[in-house]
Amino acid sequence: MNGIIEIGSWRLLVAYFFLIVLLILIKGLEIGKEKEIIIATLRMTVQLVAVGYALDIIFNQSQFYISLLILILMQYFAIRNIYSRVKMPLNNKLRRVVVFSMLTGTTLTIFFFLVLVINLKPWYEPRYFLPITGMIIGNSMTGISLGVERLISGVTAKKELIEGALMLGATPKDATLDIVKDAFTSAIMPTINSMVGMGIVFLPGMMTGQILSGVSPLVAIEYQIAIMLGIIGSVSITVFILVRLGCQTFFNRWSQLEDTKGMGTHPW
Amino acid sequence: MEEGIIMFVLKNVCYKDVLEIEELVICPQKITCIIGESGSGKTTFLKMLDHLISPDQGTIEYKGQDIKALDPVLLRREVILLPQTPVIFPGTIKHNLLIGLFFARKTVVDDSTLLEIVNKIGLKRGLLDDASTLSGGEKQRLALGRVMLIEPEVMLLDEPTSALDDDTEAKTIEYVKNYVKRRRKTLVMVTHSKQLAKNYGETIVTISNGKLVSIEEVA
Repeated sequence: MNGIIEIGSWRLLVAYFFLIVLLILIKGLEIGKEKEIIIATLRMTVQLVAVGYALDIIFNQSQFYISLLILILMQYFAIRNIYSRVKMPLNNKLRRVVVFSMLTGTTLTIFFFLVLVINLKPWYEPRYFLPITGMIIGNSMTGISLGVERLISGVTAKKELIEGALMLGATPKDATLDIVKDAFTSAIMPTINSMVGMGIVFLPGMMTGQILSGVSPLVAIEYQIAIMLGIIGSVSITVFILVRLGCQTFFNRWSQLEDTKGMGTHPW
Repeated sequence: MEEGIIMFVLKNVCYKDVLEIEELVICPQKITCIIGESGSGKTTFLKMLDHLISPDQGTIEYKGQDIKALDPVLLRREVILLPQTPVIFPGTIKHNLLIGLFFARKTVVDDSTLLEIVNKIGLKRGLLDDASTLSGGEKQRLALGRVMLIEPEVMLLDEPTSALDDDTEAKTIEYVKNYVKRRRKTLVMVTHSKQLAKNYGETIVTISNGKLVSIEEVA
């Protein structure tokens, strides 16, 4: 059997039966979350329908500026997301480092991947460009969020050790080396760990999607392996730039450790 | 060290409402003791000399140059501050001694030199003992030993014997004094003990409530 079975509107409605099951269970247990569940399901439906139509239009257009515009939008939302995910105050210098590391790390990886690994022609072909860009940016966003948090908590917790090192003539880079190592490791470990269970504990989303749409599993794994390596590359590069430049933001021009509390709240 | 150069000159220095010094000179190859009750701004004073904080107003000169014009890291390799609460890095005693040489970019020394310094500061421990298991007083002496190993031009010691008993205090300070004199180094030591200042200080500076009260040259 080639291709995919179309579900169609009526049979899709049947799938909402599961929502009714959930609502009945919730009601029976008197948990009182009916409103949230209905809103969540509605949001999921509306957002996906909108995205479906949007992608349909974009795929038919296949213009380089549309692909680039969406790349920029994704970057923007990813960076906003990092700011809101990090539960500690971020100073403006660190915010700029987040922007810089996201933009350089992901963009380099995306183009390396599309041009050299996939050999995509034209390079902006949205059917490839958008999902691959999305996966690389999304994973890097998670890595950066973890890295930023570890960096700030590390510097805050080890203030005495850092100052003690400075007193012995250490450069800011020496004085924060352990914190940088720790932040880097904890930011890339989730990605490394996700590779371990891949194919045994679960089938990754992209591969599942490709198999469902009739692609040979052998081709699907090629893509999955390639994208995982691309993700690893992007996460490592973005997080490395982040921690290396990020640790410098805690010092002023006289290599004095500055107050780690946030100095501004505006996003850029 | 050239003759005639003054180590530190402070002019109209003001830091928040913690410290205010109109003029103060610290002479090379001398032992200067800073005394004053706790909270009088003594620690702030040392941190300013090490350029870990900058005064809001006024200038601090080191060997005739404004410290704001100097590379702070290179300054801190010549002028080393020992904080009152010793900073111990995770790892062995040996690691804690060597890390100072690494930070200050000095040549690594062999184990016999390390053992010698451990003995001289009265630490009865092995080089490979975990430094986190040391008592407060032992940590203080380890941190002191680490500074002495670097052989800096100026040592700024903040209450270096606060966690030691009287007997150990006397021995340690005596050792530091001999070390400084033999190597012709400059020592600035903050202490709350007038007796200690009188015994060892060549210049005694008294600070009270963030203000300089007196400068006394001891003959």
